[in-house]
Amino acid sequence: MANGPTGNGQVGHNRPSLRLHVPEPKFRPGDEVDFSHLAVTKPGAQPRPDESCEASETNPLATDLVRVLGDDNQAYGPWDPRLDPDTLRAMLEKMALTRAFDERMYRGQRQGKTSFYMKCTGEEATSVAPAMALASDDMVFPSYRQQGILITRGYPLVEMINQIYSNRGDKLKGRQLPIMYSSRAHSFFTISGNLATQTPQAVGWAMASAIRGDSRIAATWLGEGSTAEGDFHSACIFAAVYNAPVILNVVNNQWAISSFSGFAGGERTTFAARAVGYGIAGLRVDGNDPLAVYAATQWAANRARANGGPTLIEHFTYRAEGHSTSDDPTAYRSAQEHTEWPLGDPIMRLKDHLIAIGEWDEDRQSALDLECAEKVKAATKEAEKNGILGHGLHHPFHTMFEDVYEDLPWHLEEQAAQAIRERKIKWPQA
Amino acid sequence: MASSVIEDDTPFGLEDAPTRSLNMIEAINDALDIMMSRDPSVIIMGEDVGFFGGVFRCTAGLQEKYGKTRVFDTPINECGIIGAAVGMGAYGLRPVPEIQFADYIYPGLDQLISEAARLRYRSAGEFIAPLTVRSPFGGGIFGGQTHSQSPEALFTHVSGLKTVIPSTPHDAKGLLIAAIEDDDPVIFFEPKRIYNGPFDGYYDKPVQPWKKFPQSKVPEGYYSIPLGKARKVRDGEAMTILAYGTMVHVVEAVAREKGIDADILDLRTLVPLDIEAIEESVEKTGRCLIVHEATRTSGFGAELSALVTERCFYHLEAPVERVTGFDTPYPHSLEWAFFPGPIRIGEAMDKILEA
Repeated sequence: MANGPTGNGQVGHNRPSLRLHVPEPKFRPGDEVDFSHLAVTKPGAQPRPDESCEASETNPLATDLVRVLGDDNQAYGPWDPRLDPDTLRAMLEKMALTRAFDERMYRGQRQGKTSFYMKCTGEEATSVAPAMALASDDMVFPSYRQQGILITRGYPLVEMINQIYSNRGDKLKGRQLPIMYSSRAHSFFTISGNLATQTPQAVGWAMASAIRGDSRIAATWLGEGSTAEGDFHSACIFAAVYNAPVILNVVNNQWAISSFSGFAGGERTTFAARAVGYGIAGLRVDGNDPLAVYAATQWAANRARANGGPTLIEHFTYRAEGHSTSDDPTAYRSAQEHTEWPLGDPIMRLKDHLIAIGEWDEDRQSALDLECAEKVKAATKEAEKNGILGHGLHHPFHTMFEDVYEDLPWHLEEQAAQAIRERKIKWPQA
Repeated sequence: MASSVIEDDTPFGLEDAPTRSLNMIEAINDALDIMMSRDPSVIIMGEDVGFFGGVFRCTAGLQEKYGKTRVFDTPINECGIIGAAVGMGAYGLRPVPEIQFADYIYPGLDQLISEAARLRYRSAGEFIAPLTVRSPFGGGIFGGQTHSQSPEALFTHVSGLKTVIPSTPHDAKGLLIAAIEDDDPVIFFEPKRIYNGPFDGYYDKPVQPWKKFPQSKVPEGYYSIPLGKARKVRDGEAMTILAYGTMVHVVEAVAREKGIDADILDLRTLVPLDIEAIEESVEKTGRCLIVHEATRTSGFGAELSALVTERCFYHLEAPVERVTGFDTPYPHSLEWAFFPGPIRIGEAMDKILEA
């Protein structure tokens, strides 16, 4: 063979040369952004199948976009969850509180109070609305951008900040990167940091609930970029095979750090369309439409609770800010993307809806924003009494060795003794 | 230092318990059966473990007895098997997943290393992963490079995991019960070469069934062997031999054949390790041979050698020797050239005694 694997690539025959396709996003820094290629569907136009339908009946919805809120701020169609004004206001409040929390924690990181933070700006609806549609004891297996779930479930802000500061009050003993919360009492699974690992775990939890004849379901979240991980495939195949009572939420915020969704296969089809191949229900929703997100979660939760099995929901949204405090998105994407995003902002849309139906006004919104900022400020002050990320003396050195195993084996006991000796040399005054 | 070694064939206060002669497969099946009947949170899953009862028959009859929701087949997806088991553990179940061959465990490594091993630590005890991952390992059955590996050192290197390897039916049952009851994730490697009978290293001789050997006498009912306690296989003065799994039987046979008065320890658990038993033995003999079937570089023998050297150096009268598999994939046709058999072990013994 003239041109085997070690050949120089010069073809010696008449077959066409192969070309590697490397995806490229439509817009880079400085580019004019035009989102007219995005199919923004008409609110209210998407059918809502019965929750007990065959999974295949949802196939068209996996490439459609379920929307409820119209440009006139009214709710339309069969997916309108018809929530009462109090519930809508509660949803608005939780989203506003989440945003206020993010703002302050971001500043805290910039002020050196902690090492790292991740905002969910623009994506608040994808965690707050599902948390409201689920039962409070349904188990959630989040990724790293679902702080809205904890806030919605009433986890104290002070506890969140203690964790972010890795301070004396941190229930996780300063072991986890900021925002990798855990709260069993709030049915909130410990966040990993490795991507998509939580998805087969959520399915396993849901299988266990079914094995035990429980009524609780599980829900998990991951980014569209993480759907490329094998773990997500594991989750889908297990969910499908055992008809597990689980909701798989893919938050498609378009960007995985600097890699656009095309590197997870987004150029070819939607992420909800993954469901079609597994034969499970799939819904693609406007992730910036809190009512659509709520309705989709409610549909999937009712289906799962009635032994109808899993649902994969793609929340089509936009990551308005950097991946984390360690990221600078101006280096790889056009700043106009955020301002031109055709699906708006979830908090503004819900606020405008409440105003349109006569249940809210700008003054009350201003008061709410102020109240949220004050709440966060007070919690921050409270948490700072426990210290900020610093010299590492917040937790007794011995705690570094605890919880590796249930009991301390001899080798860790020896290493703990070493660490304590070192402490006396490094920080003799402490 | 008080010895923590449990003498061979002392069935832990169960002297009067009725025994049955079982091979290792039957002993494992018995342990699973007992734990499933004692604890409704124990569930078994894995490839072919359900109706069929596992490719090595370790789960035979259990689905029929306990039902399809407690013993079931899985997709061929080790990441999913371990990942789902982690979620089940978080729910409150006590999963005992089977990975069909240790060589197949790698797709599940992230779920073991980053997840199961870390849950307790990263959640400060809010969530635990009380799983026992059973998997046949080791060579000697003409399994080629993908059905023969001994990857234990990948797991002993991970803080948060325990690694257990039995060498007899008696121990397999007691250790498996202890592993299932343990609230930490346990890797339970079953030496498949000795599923049906012990192995003296001479591959061309017919397999002697377990029932000819006293270690096949398995007490009926429930008993457990604590993790982290070595078994004294043979008391001797000439040298300490540290081994586990199949190699316990091989070193015992070689020492007998060569007339060496060896002090042989079956480690049984690599993490946590019975360091007291090791120190006590090496301080007595002054010589130490470490034998495992796994490849040599960064194998668990390296850890053992370092520990013995660090802790017993002034008692040593000869350099610590390691006998291991070669640093190659496990070759199909040359499997017995790879295997650390009587010649390699015998030479190392001579070298230690001549030093």
